[in-house]
Amino acid sequence: MGSTITEKILAAHSGRETVRPGELINAEIDVIMCHDVTTTPAIDLLKAHGNLHVAYPERVVIMPDHFVPNKDIKSAEMVAKIRRWAKEEKIEKFYEIGRHGVCHALLPEQGHVRPGTTIICGDSHTSTHGALGAFATGIGSTDLAAALATGELWFKVPETILFKINGTLQKGVFAKDVILEIIRRIGVDGALYKAMEFTGNVVEEFSVESRMTLCNMAIEAGAKSGIINPDDKTLDYVQSRSNEIFDVYTSDPDAEYSDVIDIDVSDLEPMVALPHLPSNGKPVSQIGNIPIDQAWLGSCTNGRIEDLRKAAAEIKGKKVAQGVRMIVVPATSDIWKQANREGLLDIFMEAGATVSAPTCGACLGGHMGILAAGERCISSTNRNFVGRMGSPESEVYLASPATVAASAIAGKIVNPNAYRQD
Amino acid sequence: MKGKAHCYPRDHINTDEIIPARYLNMDQEKDLAAHAMEDIDKTFVKKVHEGDFIVAGEDFGCGSSREHAVWALRGAGIQAVIAGSFARIFYRNCINNGFLAIECPEAVQKVHTGDNLTIDLKSGKILNETKQESYTFTPVPDFALQILESGGLMKTILQKVKA
Repeated sequence: MGSTITEKILAAHSGRETVRPGELINAEIDVIMCHDVTTTPAIDLLKAHGNLHVAYPERVVIMPDHFVPNKDIKSAEMVAKIRRWAKEEKIEKFYEIGRHGVCHALLPEQGHVRPGTTIICGDSHTSTHGALGAFATGIGSTDLAAALATGELWFKVPETILFKINGTLQKGVFAKDVILEIIRRIGVDGALYKAMEFTGNVVEEFSVESRMTLCNMAIEAGAKSGIINPDDKTLDYVQSRSNEIFDVYTSDPDAEYSDVIDIDVSDLEPMVALPHLPSNGKPVSQIGNIPIDQAWLGSCTNGRIEDLRKAAAEIKGKKVAQGVRMIVVPATSDIWKQANREGLLDIFMEAGATVSAPTCGACLGGHMGILAAGERCISSTNRNFVGRMGSPESEVYLASPATVAASAIAGKIVNPNAYRQD
Repeated sequence: MKGKAHCYPRDHINTDEIIPARYLNMDQEKDLAAHAMEDIDKTFVKKVHEGDFIVAGEDFGCGSSREHAVWALRGAGIQAVIAGSFARIFYRNCINNGFLAIECPEAVQKVHTGDNLTIDLKSGKILNETKQESYTFTPVPDFALQILESGGLMKTILQKVKA
């Protein structure tokens, strides 16, 4: 019997020929990503337990991104603590404000993600990096501390669900709509503890960035990881950013899956996940009249350059509706600069939107776009739990960048095709 | 292990609800504990006494990886969460902290707020002293039990690093 890509990566990192779902292993960790919120407790844990040091500083990549640029004194103290610790531990890969970005956008962009590697971060959306054929999973601060101290971490080898996504996408339908549809079908715990592997002609045709959107939201179905077998697009993406050597693993044709789900997306409409669960997806034509107060474009799910391009294409030459505020947050400094060069930031500003520095900010109710009681936001982010973006009495609707932009113009949630010229 | 039950039988209680992100610029247990569960139940912190239990539905702790959720509950006095099932990262965080997460759908159906419970880890039973009932739960895996008994993952790591 063959193995899945996930089993092969975990076997290679635990010194085994093969591993099977359910086995407990210790796996070597290649990349440990650290952001502001979950790293300070890990530093405290290391210091409290015999002043442990980082075993492999060269494997650590640090990028404060949640409460940056620091929103208050407490946030500033957190980042200052990480900065001091990074210096003490001689961690050189530290992305300071100005070169920084939302971790799951920055890490692959800067060449730190390679196929066949293991990647952890104290952030649930670490599954994003599976788009490049890596085993990537979110963990808590104690796991982070343990991995920093030893370079390895315990895992239960997950079962894998294979999603075969085939068909031809309609105009205005993107990777975000596909993953919202998948989560609608299987529920927010539909892949609990499992790996979600994506394949099919639609996935093959997706850009690497779109694949990241798919894998990013695997956690919203409860999954341990999302993953896609590397192809030429993956290798081009990685090799244009990194000179490091890596091993490419792919799933065997006779690999065993806990489930195989076939999805034909030819009839899929743009999707909107209604409050307060990512699984509350509905085709935009079926949601009725939902006026909005805010449209938010950015995040690790959809703040990359292709997302900004799609949104700008919707909004070019138009105005954000009266009474609506649109906030655009390019996910990294390089994306910001690229969007600026392409004139996208001008398009947003001319339309009456505002553009901020890279930050996770509003996605998790931190800053840069918090909602008041009774307010409603259409957002390109990944999670719409109660109070996620501010007041527990506010509402977040999840959608693709194109739907967010079209809705900002309309003042209510609309199909992005509503404004298409082509 | 004895304590009173506080029941929130809803499914998918997430880490944003257990400790809202607006407090994540703090990481000390006592600071976080003051805001535990406040978006679900503003009176939670006042009601809970040291050693009490939360009883909740399926997929408890879904969402963010923030371990602050475990610390907020522990800081508020909760000694274990009993739920139908747990989200993956929250479950790991519980084990790594030496904090008990017990999967027991039967208890979720039958226990009411205020019931006095005793958890017997070895026999895998929850005794409801108020109702004179007992419920069997999925045994905690040996691997997790070792981490729990040694006082959390960091203690285990410490032994390994110093060995």
